[in-house]
This record gives sequence, C-alpha cells and structure tokens, in this order.
Amino acid sequence: MTVERKKIHPYKFSLWLGLAGIIMMFAGLTSAYIVKRSQPGWESFTLPKIFIYSTLVILVSSVTVQVALKAFRERLMAKYRLFFAITAALGLLFISMQIIGFYQFHASGKRMIGLGSNPAYSFVLAIAGLHIVHILGGLVALSIVFFKAFGRKTRNYDVVPVELIATYWHFVDILWVYLFVFFSLLH
Amino acid sequence: MSNEIAVQHGVASHEVHEHHDGHHHHETFITKYVFSQDHKMIAKQFLITGIIWAIIGGLMSVLFRIQLGYPEATFPWLEDIFGHWAKDGKIQPEFFYALGTMHGTILVFFVLTAGLSGTFANLLIPYQIGARDMASPFMNMLSYWFFVLASIILLSSLFVQTGPASGGWTVYPPLSALGDASQGSKIGMDLWLVSLAMFVVSSLLGGLNYVSTILNMRTKGMTMTRMPLTIWALLFTAILGLLSFPVLFSGFILLLFDRHLGTSFYLSDIVLGGNILPNEGGSPILYQHLFWFLGHPEVYIIILPTMGLVSEVMSINARKPIFGYMAMIASMFAIALLAFLVWAHHMFVTGMNPFLGSVFVLLTLLIAVPSAIKVFNWLTTLWRGNIRFTPGMLFCVGFVSMFISGGLTGIFVGNSTLDIHLHDTYFVIAHFHIVMGVSAFMGMFAGVYHWFPKMYGRYMNNTLGYIHFWVTLICAYVIFWPMHYEGFAGMPRRYYDYSGWESFKHFVELNRVISFAAIVSFLVQLLFVFNFFYSIFKGRKVTTLNPWNANTLEWTTPINPGHGNWPGEIPEVHRWAYDYGKDGKDFIPQTEPVSKDESTH
Repeated sequence: MTVERKKIHPYKFSLWLGLAGIIMMFAGLTSAYIVKRSQPGWESFTLPKIFIYSTLVILVSSVTVQVALKAFRERLMAKYRLFFAITAALGLLFISMQIIGFYQFHASGKRMIGLGSNPAYSFVLAIAGLHIVHILGGLVALSIVFFKAFGRKTRNYDVVPVELIATYWHFVDILWVYLFVFFSLLH
Repeated sequence: MSNEIAVQHGVASHEVHEHHDGHHHHETFITKYVFSQDHKMIAKQFLITGIIWAIIGGLMSVLFRIQLGYPEATFPWLEDIFGHWAKDGKIQPEFFYALGTMHGTILVFFVLTAGLSGTFANLLIPYQIGARDMASPFMNMLSYWFFVLASIILLSSLFVQTGPASGGWTVYPPLSALGDASQGSKIGMDLWLVSLAMFVVSSLLGGLNYVSTILNMRTKGMTMTRMPLTIWALLFTAILGLLSFPVLFSGFILLLFDRHLGTSFYLSDIVLGGNILPNEGGSPILYQHLFWFLGHPEVYIIILPTMGLVSEVMSINARKPIFGYMAMIASMFAIALLAFLVWAHHMFVTGMNPFLGSVFVLLTLLIAVPSAIKVFNWLTTLWRGNIRFTPGMLFCVGFVSMFISGGLTGIFVGNSTLDIHLHDTYFVIAHFHIVMGVSAFMGMFAGVYHWFPKMYGRYMNNTLGYIHFWVTLICAYVIFWPMHYEGFAGMPRRYYDYSGWESFKHFVELNRVISFAAIVSFLVQLLFVFNFFYSIFKGRKVTTLNPWNANTLEWTTPINPGHGNWPGEIPEVHRWAYDYGKDGKDFIPQTEPVSKDESTH
C-alpha cells in the first residue's frame, strides 16, 4: 500500500514532535524546581522506598511492550495480546505504587498540599502527578489498540499504532527514570 | 495552462493519500461543514470563529475606551445591557478590569494565534506544498474542536455571577491565585485557566500537524528552499508553539495547585483583608518566568505567520521576486531562536540582577537585526515594482509601516534602564499594539483579501476593502501615537480613571480623541465583516484558475476544489515560488520546468 518506506511515517514524526512538547513541559517544571531549590525556605527530603520499586515496575513494562511489538511484527497475535495486557497491568501497578508513595510521603510529615505544605514536597506531587497523567494517556491509547485486536470483522496487521504506543511507552518510562534520578540527586 | 503541465508532469509519489480523493462525493452536512477533516473547511472554521472572537474582543476595547474617554459621563443603555456591571450607566471598576483582561486574552490567543495560524496554516500548508491534506486530518479536526471547547468555556466565564478573570491577561499571582483577592479571581479565573489549557491542547495538536505535514508531505520537487515564505513562516511558528506552550501549561498547573490544593508555589508572606495567610516559601516571580517563557515566543507566534503572508502577497502584487529569499528564511530562523532567549525583558523591574538584565537587553536588541533585514527586504521588494494596489497589497504596505513604527519603540522598551521609566505605561501599550496587534491584523487582512477567492471562489468587494484599509490605518495611528506621548509622561496602564490624578488629568481630552478613533476603527472592522460574509454568498465569481497570476501551487487547483485538492495527480514542482518578471515573462508558475536557455536565479 505504500511506496516510500524510506521516509519516516508522518504519525511517528508527529509523535516525536509531541514528545518534544512534553519534554519542554517537564523541563519547565524541573527548572522551576531548580530555581526554587536555591531560595530560602526549601526543605530537603528523601523519597519513600516504594518509588524505587515503582521505577523497576515501569522499567519491566518497557521490556514487555517491546516483546509485544516484536510479537506483533511476527504476527504472533496471542503472544502480542498477552504482553500488551501485561504492559497495561504493569502500568496500572506503577500508578498505584506512585499514589501509595504519595500517601507515605505525606504521612511522614512532608505535607504536599494544604496547610503547612512546603513547595519542595508540592513539586514532587505536581511533577510526578503530571507524569501519572501521561501514563494514563498511554494506557488509554494502549487499551484502544488492544481491544481493536479482538475485532472479528477485520484483521489488522498495521504495525504503526503498536509502534507509536511502544515509542510513547518507552518515553514515559525514561521520563520517570529521569524524574526519579532528578528528585534523588536534587532534593 | 499551468494545470495541463501539472497533470503531465505530476508523479504519483503520494499514492498513500490518494484515497481521500473520492470522499467528497458522499459527504453529509455534518462531515462536510461541522466535523470536517478537510483542511480547507477547517481553515474556514478557524477564520470565522476567529472573526466572531475578534468582534467580541474589539467590542470590549470599545467599552473600556468609553470609560477612559468619557470618565464623567453616564450611559443608561450600558446598564440596560450589562446590569450591575454598569450600574447607573457607568462601567464599574471590576467590569473595567475584566474587559481589559478578556480583551487581551481573546485578541492574543483566540484571534491572533488560533484565528491566524489556524486559518492560514490549514489553508496554505497543504495547498502550497502540494499535499492532499494534513498528515493527520483527524488530529486537525480535533485541534479545531478543542479550540471551540476552549472558546465555549471562556465565553461561559463572561456570564458567571462574579464575572470573568480580571487580573490582566498575564494573570499574575498572587492576585490570580487567591480567590478572595478580587471578584475576578473566583470561578472566572478557574474557567480562564481551564479554557487556556484546552487552548494549549488545540495549539499543540495543530502545531504537530503543521510541522509534520511541511516536513513529510511535500510534493515531488518541492525542496525546502523552493517553499513559499508563507510555509517557512508557518513552520517556525508551529515549532515555537510546540516548544513554548507546554511551559505555559506547566505554569498553569502550578497555579491551579496554588488555587485549589493549598500549595505555595507562587505564594509567600501575604496579608489578605487583614488576615495573615499561612503560605510560605513561594515566589510569584517563578510564575512570571514560566509565563514569559511562553509569552515572549507567543508574540512571534503572532507576527511570524503574517510576515510570511505579507512576503508572499507583496511579491505577487509587486510583480517582482521577493528580495533576499534566503535572508528572509535566515532572519525568521534568527527570530525564532532569539524568541526563547529574551523572555526576561518583560521582568526588568522585578528586582532582577542588573547584570542578568544587561544580558537580556543585549539579546533583545539583537532581534532588531533580523527584523531590520526583513523590513529592508520588503522595502526593496516594493522598490521599482510594478505594483498592483489590491486591498491585500495595501494591507501589506500598511503592515510594513506599522512594523517599522512599532519595531522602533521596541528598542526603547528593550532597554532595561529606559524600562524603569516606561514599564507599565501607555508607551508599552502603544508599542505592542502597533508592532504585534495592528501589524498582525494588517498581515491577516492581506491574507484574507488575497486568498478569499481560493477559499470561497468569489472576490471580496474592492471599494469596501479600500475604505477598510485607509480608515484602519489612520485610526491605528491616531489611537496609538498619542499613547507614546502619554507613556513618556508616565501615565500608567490599566488605570480606571485618570481624571482624578493631578499628573494625568490634562490627558482627558487626548484620551477622548483616542476613544473616538477606537470606536471608528471598530465600526470599520464591522464593514470588513459585512464585506466578508456578503462576498461569500454574493461576491463577484472567480472565473479563472489563477486570478492574481501567482506562481504557487494553490492556484493550480480547481476554483472550488474538493477534498484532496487536485482532481488528478499532484503537480510536480520545478522551481521556487518567486519567478516574477523573469526573462521577459510576467510570471512562471512553480509547475513549469526550467527551460534550457533560462537565466539562473
């Protein structure tokens, strides 16, 4: 159906541009964080342990989405569905662990919102919270493509949507790793 | 004639998109006019929505100019319309601030960003690069409907009990962060933030598409350096938007946190109504950094597309190649790059380190170089041209005039020392209204008059166009020139009534002149609106494919193209877009192959 495969698919190109936009958003937030850190009233912190585990979870999910993509390319649809489902489950697990982490953080006296909150802790919630929203976006896209794979009417072997999701998923994964290292080093 | 050549030489490198071709045969009303995925229809949707917003935003300026021009007078009809906002026929202070805020928000974002880029990027990118549609027509449709959503939310904020946001279009905290600080900081402020968030989504979806389409979907032979300057301008605009709007978004998120979750990103040591607030450790300056990191590129998002439109329309109507094509691209690139490095010149008086300030002064004044190159190139394009004074061309000349006047005062306000005096005075208002408001409108009008035949297959009325141009030009100068003078005298912006101030009360009559000109210029814009809608249905019909004798690809399509633009194959491009008056020929379309004995350019 296509003639020129040497060119990058326009959708993929758009995705990369979109990722550049997301990078700018988090760059804005993390640079605000850096500026704020050098001002008086900043309080130092260490993140709860659970964030280490959630980081591992999201890293594993990157592997599973890659396996799913490879399976799709080889038209092993059962395997593709299985690993796509695992990826989605790991994504949900990651989100839950993040939220538990927020509660633990809050419970340890580091108030992120409301009376007596410190911008240092609020930043963790704002930045990591915004990251969760991006994971959720990935999950929605993933579910749409996943349920399309069960459609009985048409057999769809178009690899582009799956590739797009895999790229996005790796991106939000790397984004979290960056944020985690960022919070750990610049607390 | 160019059409046969086009079909002959068009090479089917875009079979992927060929399937769009048949769509327009079985479109319903909904898919054709409402949820359209055709770039041409989306462009018209953006334009008409933008026109509606421009009327609303312009009317707001008329209302606050009534207050400024006639501070003592009462107008009972105002109370009939606005109720308690204009009690006893006088615009109330809260209403005045809300009007100013909404005027800025609407004109900057909804008219000159979405209405301008949305219209011309959608219309011209596929046409001029030779594509059947955008990279993702669906995302393009989403972009428009997110804009509509943002519009509805902002419009709804005008009707809430406490009124719309009223802390200025920049919504600086702490005023915007504390609901108890003013009427406009209550629900109206939340609606403003949500609306602008939707607006950012719309801009990003659009921008992704524009960049992706320009870089990936050009027809055969359309190399980057053969693209018309409109496309280059729209490319830089889209890239600026992609990189700066997300930063604004993050600033808004933190503001929403401060408003609703009791955080202190922007708040510290505040006493409100006699109560000491518990917020500590925040900094309102942080918001200003995040805001102006978008806010400054935003002014180039507004002006760059019009620079492209003007370059194109001017070259066509001067019957000369654009002077310094590569210099035009390079200067737009320089402007786009510098756009990200000058945001702090909006913050010279926030207690910034003077050394840091001097760096930003240097970078700011550097923008004068590419701007001057562009002005020089426009003037030399006009120089000894065989000028056709169409309304579009007049607006191009008006654009250059405005851009020079407004650009020169930019050198004043870009200087951190002078800025101590000029900051927040009418001088600043005059500067940015001329250089980005009126200039951008002039460029936009040039584009509308010029491409109207392509949009609707009819011409706009020329006589009304000439009246529109001359009255607009004269009124713009009558409005904004005196403001420089008021600004030099230290008259601050955003004040409700100057008649009570010993230093400024002698300006009352000057203010009345400005208000009068503002009202006249608003009325003449209504004449344009009438001309626009009347011509859609009753205008003189276009009978030739290429009414302006232009070189670019959009004039090789049928007069009323269907979805897919070219009925046959997409034409192939053999040359740049500016071969006017070359080798004794008036114009040579881009689709015409370069002949052997042709001189090189």
